[in-house]
Amino acid sequence: MSRSRRDLVWIPTFAVLVAFAVPWPLWGVDRIVAGLPVWIWWHIAWLALCTVLFSRFVRSGAWERGMGLRSDASATGGDRP
Amino acid sequence: MTLGLSLGIIVGYLLFALAIGLIAYRVSEVTAEDYYLASRSLGTVVLLFTTFATLLSAFTFFGGPNLAYAAGPEWLIVMGTLDGVLFAVLWYVIGYKQWLIGNRNGYMTLGEMLGDRFGSVGLRALVAGVSLLWLFPYVMLQQMGAGEALVGLTDGAVPYWGGAALVTVFMILYVVLAGMRGVAWTDTVQGLFMLSVVWIAAIWVLSAVGGLGAATGSMIDARPEFGRFGGGLYSPGFIISSAITIAFGVTMFPQINQRFFVAKSGAVLKRSFVLWPVLVLLLFVPAFMLGAWAVGMPIDVSEGANVLPVVLNEYTPAWFAALVIAGAMAAMMSSSDSMLLSGSSYFTRDVYRPVINADASERREAWIARVGVAAFATLAFVASLLRPGTLIEVGNTAFSGFALLALPVICALYWDRTTRTGMLVGVLVPQVAYLAVVLSAVAPFAPTLPRSVAGGWDVALGLMALSAVLTVGVSLLTTPTADGDASRFAVTSD
Repeated sequence: MSRSRRDLVWIPTFAVLVAFAVPWPLWGVDRIVAGLPVWIWWHIAWLALCTVLFSRFVRSGAWERGMGLRSDASATGGDRP
Repeated sequence: MTLGLSLGIIVGYLLFALAIGLIAYRVSEVTAEDYYLASRSLGTVVLLFTTFATLLSAFTFFGGPNLAYAAGPEWLIVMGTLDGVLFAVLWYVIGYKQWLIGNRNGYMTLGEMLGDRFGSVGLRALVAGVSLLWLFPYVMLQQMGAGEALVGLTDGAVPYWGGAALVTVFMILYVVLAGMRGVAWTDTVQGLFMLSVVWIAAIWVLSAVGGLGAATGSMIDARPEFGRFGGGLYSPGFIISSAITIAFGVTMFPQINQRFFVAKSGAVLKRSFVLWPVLVLLLFVPAFMLGAWAVGMPIDVSEGANVLPVVLNEYTPAWFAALVIAGAMAAMMSSSDSMLLSGSSYFTRDVYRPVINADASERREAWIARVGVAAFATLAFVASLLRPGTLIEVGNTAFSGFALLALPVICALYWDRTTRTGMLVGVLVPQVAYLAVVLSAVAPFAPTLPRSVAGGWDVALGLMALSAVLTVGVSLLTTPTADGDASRFAVTSD
């Protein structure tokens, strides 16, 4: 599979990141964990995950390829989209 | 004595911020590109914080804690999702694309970019006009926030209009004197300052009430539903429509959208994008949780006051409370002056020069821009005295108005087949419909149209969908005009 095809995985990834930044599975849950409602911890962890995945998106070169540019990462691989 | 100290700290801080702006002004050049865009030279830290500081305004510092106090800490989830995640994605989808084409074609405003692509002065002026229209309530929001903050801090010794007037005077001075470079510099100082003091405030208050567990415990004793996710105001419809309309709206705010043109390099945009969710979280968690915890504290929040100053007054020394409020007011001021600055560039570049007076000299244009800023801020001040809604309500109205621009713009950025007529209809029709909804609430002779339907779904969300359908549909039915040039938006490796 080419790099640009593989980059398409980022579209559903971003969709999931946005959708579940709201802790829907914990709807109506009122458990307190370590001093805060558990759904607030979900949100905090989720945003940390977003930063990790965003940095992978940027470093993989998908950032440029997504706009039709040649990235440093794909230039070495030689498969320009 | 305490009152004098508090006011001294606030005015002192505002003067300090002004001084930074003046220093920045001394190093700036006298071109429009430098005044509005700091010569497209902003680095990561400055770009990140200038975007951060302008995004985070009275809506965040006062509106957010107030809502968390009234309805529960779920507001943290709504704002975190829309600002930390959805806005970050749009930062890439809209922002990076705009940066690429703006850099190549030398655009300074959204209207200029679209007007050039579609060969239409009308579209350019329409986009600028719509933006100025919704900017008005948002500037007003900052003045309302400042007025309420000083009422809360001084227990009503400083009247509401006094605080609103103070921030108005400073914002006018600031924009007229400093330009984008000055605004960007103070934003950075203020962003760092606010992040630090909000955390210090949270730790201070928490240690006074017996720690995190105790604060959450007494919050739940007072309002058991605050510990449970969802319910009350926070229906799925409310959460989803607030998150979507605000996030898309934010990208079309003049002061945010113009930031998409100012980065020094693509790397700056990338780094800002990665750091964004963490930065947002760092600010929202302490600010909004202080609001929510306040329900369990033995404090008395009077009608029309903000909850955050009251909490600080109760649990921290007067000088510290004043410092936090000063920081928040300064942040609101930087929000406002960014808005006014961008608004003035929209007016002079997209309306005044192309439509009214094409031969205006640079001097005259600069003069018009500054007078325009003063007039706009003064009118917003007068309107803020009427207090037409809560901070969140007024803010939401502005965000939704801007959000209606977002989908036609995305369409233009990515779909070559978009036509001028498609854009005009896609922008104009939803705006007219939304304006009718908003005005029906204040016009005495018309029945009030509902703002939300079926359990919290905002009508603006439906109008956003309409804007996309109209832009695509009308574009398919019409042929591109000879003046349009899709290649203006092409991005290639070269």
